[in-house]
Formats: sequence, C-alpha cells, structure tokens
Amino acid sequence: MTQQLVIYPLLLQLFLSILLMFSWKKISWQRVISIVGGFINIGVSLWLFSYIWENGTQTVQSGNWPAPFGITFVADTFSATLVLLTAISGLAVSSFSSASIVVARLKFGYFPIFHFLLLGLNGAFLTGDIFNLYVWFEIILISSFVLITLGGEKAQLEGAVKYFTLNILGSTIFLTAIAVLYGLTGSLNMADLSLKVALIENRGLVDITAVLFLIGFGIKAAVFPLYFWLPDSYHTPPSAVSAIFGGLLTKVGVYAMLRVFTLIFVPDEFLINTILIIAFLTLISGGLGALVQNNLRKVFSYLIICHIGYMIAGLGLYTEVAIAGAIFYLIHDIVIKTNLFMISGLIYRIKGTNSIRSLGGLYADSPKISFLIAIALFSLVGIPPLSGFWPKLSLLSASFSAENWWIVSAILFASFITLIIIAKIWANVFWKDKVELPKRLNFRYFHKLTTVKRSQMIGPIVFLTLVSLYIGFGAEQIQQVSSRVADELMNNQQYIDAVLNNNQNLN
Amino acid sequence: MEVVLAIIIGVLYAAGIYMILRRSLVKLILGIIILGNGANLLIFLLGRITKGSPPIIPEDSNVFLSAYADPVPQALILTAIVISFGLQSFAIILIKRAYKVVKTDDLDEMNEIDQDS
Repeated sequence: MTQQLVIYPLLLQLFLSILLMFSWKKISWQRVISIVGGFINIGVSLWLFSYIWENGTQTVQSGNWPAPFGITFVADTFSATLVLLTAISGLAVSSFSSASIVVARLKFGYFPIFHFLLLGLNGAFLTGDIFNLYVWFEIILISSFVLITLGGEKAQLEGAVKYFTLNILGSTIFLTAIAVLYGLTGSLNMADLSLKVALIENRGLVDITAVLFLIGFGIKAAVFPLYFWLPDSYHTPPSAVSAIFGGLLTKVGVYAMLRVFTLIFVPDEFLINTILIIAFLTLISGGLGALVQNNLRKVFSYLIICHIGYMIAGLGLYTEVAIAGAIFYLIHDIVIKTNLFMISGLIYRIKGTNSIRSLGGLYADSPKISFLIAIALFSLVGIPPLSGFWPKLSLLSASFSAENWWIVSAILFASFITLIIIAKIWANVFWKDKVELPKRLNFRYFHKLTTVKRSQMIGPIVFLTLVSLYIGFGAEQIQQVSSRVADELMNNQQYIDAVLNNNQNLN
Repeated sequence: MEVVLAIIIGVLYAAGIYMILRRSLVKLILGIIILGNGANLLIFLLGRITKGSPPIIPEDSNVFLSAYADPVPQALILTAIVISFGLQSFAIILIKRAYKVVKTDDLDEMNEIDQDS
C-alpha cells in the first residue's frame, strides 16, 4: 500500500482530470468534484509528507527498471513539502475559481485543465529524471497556455503571445542543456548524473551546461534579465488563474534550480558569483518595478519577481543556513502569493476595478474583509512574528556571515520596498476616501452574489491566511522542515543512495 | 557526418533565434519551429552517431559484440517532437486568434497591456 505512495498524488490528479472531462457539460458537478478532489489531495499529500518525514527518502522505479535505466520517482522532504503546498494552494484556488470565474469560461474545460496543471506540478516535484522533468514542464506549460487564453479577451491574447514565446524559448534552451548533458555523461537519472558530472575533467564544458540550465530555469522562474514576460501576462487572465500561476508556476523554476544546482552541478566560484549577481539584480529591479505600477495585479506581479530574488540569493550563498532560509521563503511565498492574487480578485469583485488610483474607501465599506487582507499583507512584508520575517532573518544572517554586503543591502532594500508598496496599497485602497466609480452593467459585483458563492470566495482567503499565520507562529516547525530539506540538499549522498541503492531491494 | 550535422545545427539555431527576434507573428512561430528542430538534431548528434549497428544482442552471445547505436537519444527526440508538435499547433491557433482580435500581426503594436489601468 505504501510502496507506491510516491506516485499517489500524480494518480489522483490524473484520475480527477479524467473524471472532470467525462462531466464536461455539467459545471455544477465539476465544481463539486474539483473541491472534493482538492480535500482528498491534501489528505494524500499529508500522508506522503508524514511518511517521508518518518521514513526518509522514498523512491519508485517505474516499470521496475532499476535506476539509472528507468524513470525514477523520488520523494524526499523537499518534494513532499512542495507537493503538500501544491495541494493547499490547489484546494484554495479550486474553491475560489468555482465562485469567481464566469460560467462561460468554465464551460470550456477550465477544471480539467486546472487539474492537469496540478498533475504537471506534482510530477515536476516528484520526478528523479532530468528528461522526465522536461516532460512535466511541458505539461505545465501547455495547461497554463490554455488557462491563460481561456476567454480570449484582447489583453489576454496579447499577454499569451508573450508568455508563450518566452516560455517555449526557455523550454528549448532546457532541452538543449539536456542534450549537452547527455552527450557529456550518457545518463539522465539525476542521482546518476550527480556522480558522473563530478568525474568530468573538462570543467569549462560543465560550466557551460550549467549556465544553459540556469537560463532555461531562469526564464521559468522569472529572474532578472529574463522576467519581462511575467508582468505582461500575469494580470490578464482571471485572478483565480493568476493566483495559481503566481503561487506555483515560477516556483517550479526555483525548485528546479535548487535541485539541479545542489545535486548535479555543485556550484564552483564562477556559478556562485553568477547566481549572486542575478539575485542582487532581481531583488532590485523587481522592487523598483513594483513601485511605479498602478494596477494592483501588476504590482503583485513585480513583487513575485522581487521575492524570487530572495530564494536565488539563498541558493547563491550556498550555505546550509542560506538554503534553509530559501526553502522557508519558498514555503511562505507559495501560500502568500496565491493569497495575494485571490485578494486582488476579491477587490475586483467588490469594486469592479484593480486600478489603485480609482480604488478607495474599502476599509469604511467592509472592515472585516479589510482586516483579513491586512493580515495577509503584513505577512508579506514580514512584520514579526508573521511569516515573512523568519526566512529573511535566516537569509540575512547567512549573508552577514558570508560578509557579502551587496546581498545584505539588496535583501534589506527589497524588504523596505515591499513595506513601502504595502503602505501605499493600504493608504490608497483602504484608507483613501471613496472614489465614485461608474456602475458597470452586467458585472457580478460581490454584494450581488449568493451567500454560497461569497463564502467560496472568502473561504480560501481565510484558509490561506490561517496557513500563513501558522507559518509565522509555528515558525519553529517550519524551520525544522527547512533545515532538514537544506541538510538533504547539501549532503546529496542521501538522495543518491536512496535512488541507486534501491536496486538491491528489488532483487 | 558529424561536422555537417554540427554546421546544420548551428545554422538552425541562428535562423531560429533570428526569426524569433522579428516583429511578425508568423515569423515568430517559424522561428520557434526551426529552433525546436535544431534542438532535436542536437540530441541526435550528441547521442553519438553509429552507423549500421542496431542495439540488438546476437543470439549466440550475452553481450554486445561491437559498438552499437544508443537508442535513448532517439526515444528522447521522439518525445520532444511529439511535445513540440502539440505546442506548435496550439501556437498557430493562438496567433490566428490574436490576429483576429488585435487586428495586427506586428508585435510592436500589441501594447494594450502596457497601458496604465
């Protein structure tokens, strides 16, 4: 029963998508299946996580081909944590989208595609084979193309063209990198690659391959010179779609970077410097970009870029404390970014616009919702003891002990910029006097929705805010998880042993 | 053979990148297709080209007797071709829709999303 536990999250999502496709025309069924499936998914992911936590890294060799010949699925603490977070965000977004997305869009297969996206995310987190990772990336990509274009508005199509072009370019570069790596080593299994890459004498060639991977994943993760597709596309689809994109899609790139650069390419000085420079510029440029935007969702899009910088900085510093900080930030960021985009969707439903200049008086209108949003915003800034504070502390102390003052200043700068932006949003959207907005005909304002729909929109925001609060107040447990992940990443022998020594158990 | 393939791959990559940098949407798609083909050929080349010895062990032996063609790169290329085929057909539909809605195929004129709103 527990032998194949690693692939249960995959099978569940696949099963859900197929089930949803069979009820193509029955939207109310789809809503129920998606939400119930989300709960089951959380259960399965929790089971996987607790099993991994107690028993260590688990592997499944597909088709019983011993590693490194077949495709291996590996769940270490890192993968299990991310699968759990995917389940949490996935449930929140399925509930939110069933209330906030109009039926016309749901009719064109929104829910099946959404669950295919979750399938791709889980697959990318759980696979132990570099080419299989590419395939999961493509599954994520094709589902996200459909989600971003569903509805076919003018802005959506324009955003989709940019999103499409740069992401497919990133995939091609990733594929090129796999080709070169296969030419160098003749293997695709990540654990096996880790051993073989270490033996290659031509380090220049290894560095070039590593840089190709860095560019490929960098486009997905939206780091400094490669992020321009993100703010042009993330605000165009409905907010439920942006929520899952903002919460998880860029984080897959970060996951792949953390995995590849700790397991396969252990960074030398050249790579470390490159990664640190990228992190520095990402923190600065993302923050400055967010400062000048007026559309609420564009501000959040730039904040995604800015905060990716923290995780890249953690990778670049390359100590156990720094990696633990990056992992903690990743955990915090997935929850909070999903929440932020859902909040922007809620504000859009209440007021009918997302322009910061036209918004106002939200606090006077709905103080309870405003209080809820305030907790999420303060968690983002990282006011102690809320969740954004702890990982920054680890990252700062790691960069202090590395005496890297550039990164210290960039981290502090990005935190201050985030604070200024949140203060600006709070002052303009919540405290400013109400601006009279033109009433939009046929627009489903929040107060016109039924109570069920309203609770389906507020519920996920409350849920994710509670998770954020837990991350903040239960920081000790999250820190334990991140330290263990960092330990497993830095001492990659455990991972290699778990994958390659599994052969003996089979015989 | 290797040299010829290497030159072809280089030309395909260069042409693909050049086409992606053009403003027209149709040329953009062509660029993506050409670049994808270049990547597939690269996998083929880096998997070492072996002529006329399929990876089949003779009946009277337990091991390979001579150097054999590696089947893995071909499996990878097949997967990559299928994936890129799906993505490209999606892309062609996408630019057709985009052309109908935005009424231009010039990427520079697709700037509605940069408007302040």
